[in-house]
Amino acid sequence: MNIAELAVGTEIGTRTIEISRADLIKYAGASGDFNPIHWNERFAREVELPGVIAHGMFTMGAAVQLVTDWIGDPSAVVSYGTRFTKPVPVADLEGEPGAVVTVVGVVGALDSDAGTARIDLTVTLDGQKVLVKAQATVRVT
Amino acid sequence: MSINPELQGRSYQLNDVYSVGRESIRDFARAVKASHLAHFDVAAAQALGHADLIAPPTYAIIVAQRADALLINDPESGIDFSRVVHAEQRFTHHKAIVAGDELVAELHVDTVRGMGGGAMITTRAEISTVDGVAVATTVSAILVRGEGQ
Repeated sequence: MNIAELAVGTEIGTRTIEISRADLIKYAGASGDFNPIHWNERFAREVELPGVIAHGMFTMGAAVQLVTDWIGDPSAVVSYGTRFTKPVPVADLEGEPGAVVTVVGVVGALDSDAGTARIDLTVTLDGQKVLVKAQATVRVT
Repeated sequence: MSINPELQGRSYQLNDVYSVGRESIRDFARAVKASHLAHFDVAAAQALGHADLIAPPTYAIIVAQRADALLINDPESGIDFSRVVHAEQRFTHHKAIVAGDELVAELHVDTVRGMGGGAMITTRAEISTVDGVAVATTVSAILVRGEGQ
């Protein structure tokens, strides 16, 4: 990827993330985050959630794959941050995903001295943003 | 119990070494639906100039949350884990995390801000190898909901 070929506003791609309850169990195991709000419906409702919700870190971690696949080297991501604004409820459905999140990436800023590009991710569930200011800075030289 | 305002400025040392293994990287990569070969195939990672499999960009959260647990489980903190909501997260990578790395962390409680009956707490984990090489800085904001929040 050559920084001279990039322009602010260019879309790098889109991706949909299908999420099932099994995905949340897998993420819990791989990350060590066993908070029951991510796998126990009864517990989630007791703490006034609409039901089982995805780990914010699952959504954040899955969303950035759009960037790593585009840049071609996962270690090119020098920084990545987001705010978590809305929970992603994951329904327990037979044969279909419990939630589908959409990710769109756009070049938000270029720094030719540093050799980096900031990719701004718009991450939505049913048209509503679930991550706000999701930005990844990648090395592009 | 309310959040102890004196937490601000405290630090905790995570001395339990986290050994980054290939299967842990593969499991984490599958869990975040990452398909890049450098997470799965040693030769593919080496072709990119890395010594071994490289971790996905949010992998450091494993170590960061172990460090955060030192604060949350501190009886003096007054934090009820069942009322914790993750509000914000940021990673700055100083070097790629590679299979074989042995990681430790120092957790700093940067800010504690009361909000209603709850609090917003910002923590920063400085993650390094056991040899002292800086690996990543992670910053987390957690909201501890007060009663009725």
